[in-house]
Amino acid sequence: MSASSPGPQQGTGRIVAQAPSATRWRLRIEADRLKAILVVSPSLLAIGIVVYAFMVWTGYISLSKWHDVRPNYAFDGLENYVQLFQTQRFLIDLHNTAVFLVLFLASCLVFGFILAVLLDQKIKGEVIFRTIFLLPFAVSLIATGVAWRWLESPESGLNLLFQFAGLNFLKSNWFADPNIGIAAVVLPATWQMSGYVMALYLAGLRSIPAELHEAAAIDGANSVQRYRFIVVPLLWPVTITALIILGNVSLKIFDLTTAMTGSGPAFIDDVPAFFMFQTTFQSDHFAQGAAIAIVMLLLSSILIVPYIISQQRQEAGQ
Amino acid sequence: MIRLNSRLSRRALVLQVGILVPTVLVAACSGSSGGSAAPTSSSSTTSNAAAPTAASATSSPAAAPTAAAAATTAPAAQASTGSAAATGQLEIFSWWTGSDGVALAALYKLYNQQYPNVKIVNAALGGGTGPGGNMKAVLKTRILGGDPPDSFQVHLGAELIDTWVTTNYMEPLDDLFKQEGYADVFPKRLIDIASWHGHPWSVPFNAQRVNIMFYNKSVLAKNGIKPPATFADFFQACKTLKEAGVIPLALGDNPPGASGRVLESVLIGALGPDDYDGLWTGKTPFSDGKVTDALNYFKELLSYVNSDYLSIGSTQPDTMVAKGQAAMLQFTGDWTDGTFKGMKFTDWGAVPPPNNANIWDLSCDSFGLPKKAKHRQNAINWLILGGSKKGQDTFDSLKGAISPRSDSDPNAGYDAFQKQEMVDFHKFTIVPAVVDGAAISESWTTDFVNDANIFATKKDVASAQKLLAQACVSANVCK
Repeated sequence: MSASSPGPQQGTGRIVAQAPSATRWRLRIEADRLKAILVVSPSLLAIGIVVYAFMVWTGYISLSKWHDVRPNYAFDGLENYVQLFQTQRFLIDLHNTAVFLVLFLASCLVFGFILAVLLDQKIKGEVIFRTIFLLPFAVSLIATGVAWRWLESPESGLNLLFQFAGLNFLKSNWFADPNIGIAAVVLPATWQMSGYVMALYLAGLRSIPAELHEAAAIDGANSVQRYRFIVVPLLWPVTITALIILGNVSLKIFDLTTAMTGSGPAFIDDVPAFFMFQTTFQSDHFAQGAAIAIVMLLLSSILIVPYIISQQRQEAGQ
Repeated sequence: MIRLNSRLSRRALVLQVGILVPTVLVAACSGSSGGSAAPTSSSSTTSNAAAPTAASATSSPAAAPTAAAAATTAPAAQASTGSAAATGQLEIFSWWTGSDGVALAALYKLYNQQYPNVKIVNAALGGGTGPGGNMKAVLKTRILGGDPPDSFQVHLGAELIDTWVTTNYMEPLDDLFKQEGYADVFPKRLIDIASWHGHPWSVPFNAQRVNIMFYNKSVLAKNGIKPPATFADFFQACKTLKEAGVIPLALGDNPPGASGRVLESVLIGALGPDDYDGLWTGKTPFSDGKVTDALNYFKELLSYVNSDYLSIGSTQPDTMVAKGQAAMLQFTGDWTDGTFKGMKFTDWGAVPPPNNANIWDLSCDSFGLPKKAKHRQNAINWLILGGSKKGQDTFDSLKGAISPRSDSDPNAGYDAFQKQEMVDFHKFTIVPAVVDGAAISESWTTDFVNDANIFATKKDVASAQKLLAQACVSANVCK
């Protein structure tokens, strides 16, 4: 299983069979290793500088006194963070992010799973349906935002549809309604991403062998039980993957909310990324903007790091 | 079962790695946008650093990254002579696209008539939050990265000064102003707004008025209403219109912006020009009772606007007025003249917002001279053209603004509305605009606009007054 990981102590069969002298063997390994290092180093360097170095740099800026366009690297301790967590807008943003995260994850997973199960029923024209459901994923979030801004406009779009259908009680101000707020942005986000979750689940469903279903059927399990006790547990890794990806999407969502409503009335649709953009590029509080970025990064890490660790453990265990 | 598990997890693993790696990268990238643009202080091109008078005044040279670039000396006077000799490029950065772009192109044409050997690079970038939102963000990375365009559009006054002048990225334009005799043709108040520490920093290419209330003539006439001049008249008119089933005032504040302009006009109306001016210099405290009055007026006004004002954009109200669904338009700028022209809607009138008579809330599009401009001389020629009578009359009549020059020619293609404005401009009291960049820094403007939006949403006078006062403190103007 893990034969792919190259290491000095893990000789290939050929070397073991015809063992040369110890020094030549070592040289050979070192040459291999050098080659490997040479091959990966450009991308390591690029990622190291473009991603990690700037992460560290942003981290430092967030501790500085850079408050106009002119860089000021004087150390200011955690002052920017202290101020940030006293800023009403940022607290609203965190609340909005949490709401978005929960609703978006739940709706995408549920819709994605249902779509995948339906498509897995060996229906006619599956390819067409699959494409239809997956296509929104290819649309730019900006385009989605602009379109849904109109769909959720009080005088047109969905409200008009409800009016024609005689469902006036369903009409609302959507993203401008304080009782709905950012949940109105979850709607287009789900529209866009549930097809993608469907694709993930579909791949997972297809990898479950028919014998298992058959065996369960023989044991007298009905279809609900088969999904409950066989499919759902076996799809758990896919679910985790979807959670991680969608979780990241929701933590750094920017384009969709910006195109739809900006920060919304009194920040009801505001998200940290938009706050960071305004703080950095409109208000020139670069240090404060960096602090917001770092908080976003930490939130993402909370989601990703345990996952990476568990993945590594799993690999080591195999 | 085991076999299955391993198969499944291998599949899942491939999926996960394939998807997770780019995701992590994107997440990381979005976190690292803050600090990439440290300016390099190596400006080897300028040898003779005979710092002009202004640089000595700007007090904070140590941290200033481009102190050495202060003076490439070549006085503007020498330049304007050899017009045919001018070569190279001229990169002009602006947020003028669409119909404004047509006016800009006309000005480019005029420039190339004078300087046929200069290649103009039009770096216009529209869109974004607030006026020039996207363009300003890109401009920042360009200038901080040490690669400024030769000249860039900016609102004259605090928007330029607080961002780029106090931080020492611009050249003072004293010589140019003297040479071109601007003091004789521009109102003194205009030059005051353009100046900091006694030096002017940008050349106004136009003058716009942002305290105007447009209205649909027939809708008002049908309801027997004369265009109101005072708050009392205005609210009386609103009441009549509302009872008649017409939306009295059209407003669209998503994303936030339009209600900031309304609040601005209401503040002018409630405080008068002097106290309004004082708000932005720290002389008038935001705790002033007249600010409370203004917010109360604004609150009452909000009871007469369309119900979806928190959902719709700032240009939809134009259509509502043009279609007669609404009687009066949110207090806004004179560019609406051009908007209505584009809609072929002619049945409109315009008056100042309540209690705003004889006051001109001024916003000017202007251009300045960034240090390290690669084609400095070409940029100076650009400023000279944009400040000239011919340049302004060509540009402004097309753009739907007016020329702030006292000698501008009303018959150079201006329409009737613009002609009236040209008369008014030189008679009225000028105050600097807030949302449109003349009075306060960009960061304060952002706060002001957001505060106005919060008020438009929650209608809480006391907390709005507190927020406005806080914004003044954050801007280091109030204590």
